[in-house]
Amino acid sequence: MSDAAFTFTIDGVTITAEPGQSIMDAADAAGIYIPRLCDHEGLRHQGGCRVCTIKANGRSAAACTQPAAPDLVVENESEHINAMRRNLVEMLFHEGNHLCPICEASGNCELQAMAYRLGMTEPTKFPYLEPCRAVDASHPDIALDTNRCISCGRCIRASQDVDGKGIFGYVGRGIHRRVAVNGPDLAHTDAEVTDHAMSAEVCPVGCIIRKRVGFSTPIGEREFDGGLIGQDIERKRSQGKGQ
Amino acid sequence: MTEPRLIEISPVTRVEGHGKVTIHLDRDNNVDEARLHIVEFRGFERFIRGRLLWEVPVIVQRLCGICPVSHHLAAAKAMDRIVGVDELPPTAEKMRRLMHYGQVMQSHVLHFFHLSAPDLLFGFGAPAEKRNIFEVIKENPELGRRAVMMRKFGQKIIEATAGKKIHGTGAIPGGINRNLPVETRDRFLAQIEDMESWAQDALALARGYTLDHADLVSGFGAFPSSHMSLVRAEDGALDLYHGVLRAIDAEGKPLIDGLDYSDYHTVLTEDVRSWSYMKFPFINALGPDDGWYRVGPLSRMNTASFIDTPLANAAHTELRAVSDGLPNQTTLTTHWARMIEVLHCVEKIRDLLHDPDLQGTDLVAKGERRYEGVGVIEAPRGNLIHHYKVDENDQVTYCNLIVSTTHNNEGMNRAVKDVAVSHLSGQDTITEGMLNHIEVAIRAYDPCLSCATHALGQMPLQVELLDADGNCVDKALQAA
Repeated sequence: MSDAAFTFTIDGVTITAEPGQSIMDAADAAGIYIPRLCDHEGLRHQGGCRVCTIKANGRSAAACTQPAAPDLVVENESEHINAMRRNLVEMLFHEGNHLCPICEASGNCELQAMAYRLGMTEPTKFPYLEPCRAVDASHPDIALDTNRCISCGRCIRASQDVDGKGIFGYVGRGIHRRVAVNGPDLAHTDAEVTDHAMSAEVCPVGCIIRKRVGFSTPIGEREFDGGLIGQDIERKRSQGKGQ
Repeated sequence: MTEPRLIEISPVTRVEGHGKVTIHLDRDNNVDEARLHIVEFRGFERFIRGRLLWEVPVIVQRLCGICPVSHHLAAAKAMDRIVGVDELPPTAEKMRRLMHYGQVMQSHVLHFFHLSAPDLLFGFGAPAEKRNIFEVIKENPELGRRAVMMRKFGQKIIEATAGKKIHGTGAIPGGINRNLPVETRDRFLAQIEDMESWAQDALALARGYTLDHADLVSGFGAFPSSHMSLVRAEDGALDLYHGVLRAIDAEGKPLIDGLDYSDYHTVLTEDVRSWSYMKFPFINALGPDDGWYRVGPLSRMNTASFIDTPLANAAHTELRAVSDGLPNQTTLTTHWARMIEVLHCVEKIRDLLHDPDLQGTDLVAKGERRYEGVGVIEAPRGNLIHHYKVDENDQVTYCNLIVSTTHNNEGMNRAVKDVAVSHLSGQDTITEGMLNHIEVAIRAYDPCLSCATHALGQMPLQVELLDADGNCVDKALQAA
């Protein structure tokens, strides 16, 4: 395989990619944002949430795992694809208890921010499942409210690959699959507040909570108060730093 | 002679929340019993259990869309105790006070101009289509404009201190999450003279109405009762944010004084009755039959020794003189008291805006963890009690809320009965004007029946006549 850089297009914009890059990696470097929830910088790609679905030469694929290829024609921000992404996000709202008005992650939540970006301006059309899972507040520094979990698996990958602990894992199958800890509760694991898996940047929603700091950031200073999710990537292009 | 009847007004309009009134008439059409029923069930006390302590001030404020700040701050005060903080940093205390004064101001203005002014300006029996804020604006555009601008000022104060006009996040356990930038302060200072002037005019309007209609006021929902509120611990001054509990009897003699509000449960008990979701608190010393009391602006005028801002204090002195220094027991004087508090809030806001502590950066205090906390505040509608227990995992295990409208439950029921007796007894026919007289009495207490967000004045008013067995024999409907 050649080591030479090559080009392909996303929504008609020609960008350059290095061999081995995924479509998402190349798009990020070029300042083109492809929506995503399970993918996170520094963690291996998973292709689980499918919010990053694009069409590559007319075929649907997850941009985070699909390798970029020369002369590929990628469709990203089309009305059809964004409508599909919005449905995926609505189904995440339908599966959990995402009560933004009272959630301490509000304003910093990637699910909420993605809903805004994709134009979800009203409650989901899908009937809410309204899970009723007890909050695990057993750990002195961390609490888990899995009613808000979207099964992105970031905490699983961060704990296994970065922290080398394997505190989190999936249990159950199908609609019943959910994230659980490797003990009767979080206090009976070797979880520490300094773990990468416990950091606010890894959990995209308000599931993994650092205790006693909720709501300490004023409204107006939260991550997405300043604009849409993905604008940090898009800003690179608007500032001419992308390719 | 007719069959005994039961009249039902459901729902009551131009109040916050949903409620209904039932009036039992005997065979001679005299009022036998009249009750205000609260027909909603909220359940916050139960479903807050298991949530985390720092979430509580944000969750429980969702009880209300009119005065969420009151619940936000009462819960935050309770959580201050639980995180071991008895004294906030000055910036935090003053930011919270600023938030609260903005809240009381906007809520009182909403009530006086938007909800009650149509009754006061056009008459209780005026045509229904006349009794709304739009007609007030049409008749007196400047008054209407001021009402909107004063409410906006209060809402902007809330936004600057809590982050949003409704359901913000400013108060956190042990403090506040922001200070007030100088440029924001200066924007408010540029408007404060107008606010003070308009608050004085509104006060003159309410005072004039009360004094000009002395006969109506003295005979409309007037009855002796006890009164309770917080007062400032050191000197008994009016204090809407913090203090000690004081209750007086109908003659003004102290029943409770100087009580740390954390001990509220040693002097108050909540009674329940089968026909309402709202509890009936009473003062233990007087028992369930005689221990009921009223709270709110007029009660605060009755309990407070004085007001620590000059313009409001002068007005307080004048109001107290009307009843010769004894507790004022009328219902309609509440509007005058409410406008005195608006002026007080404007004076307090002005003083705070000149205080450099609002630009301080020491926002949160810490202390030794406790497992139980009580927070009490004087909400626009009266005394508000929040009581929580929290376990070692930071999860709520117990919650008890006594909101202002609950304190006033018996008082409102008495007012309903008083007005029903004076305006319905002996009447064969129900008129729309009669219905509104009863609503005017309820409205004076500015009840927040569910303490929740609801449309105002958009609900139909339904009256049903039922026989002694509870069968509906006639029905009248006032369209929305």
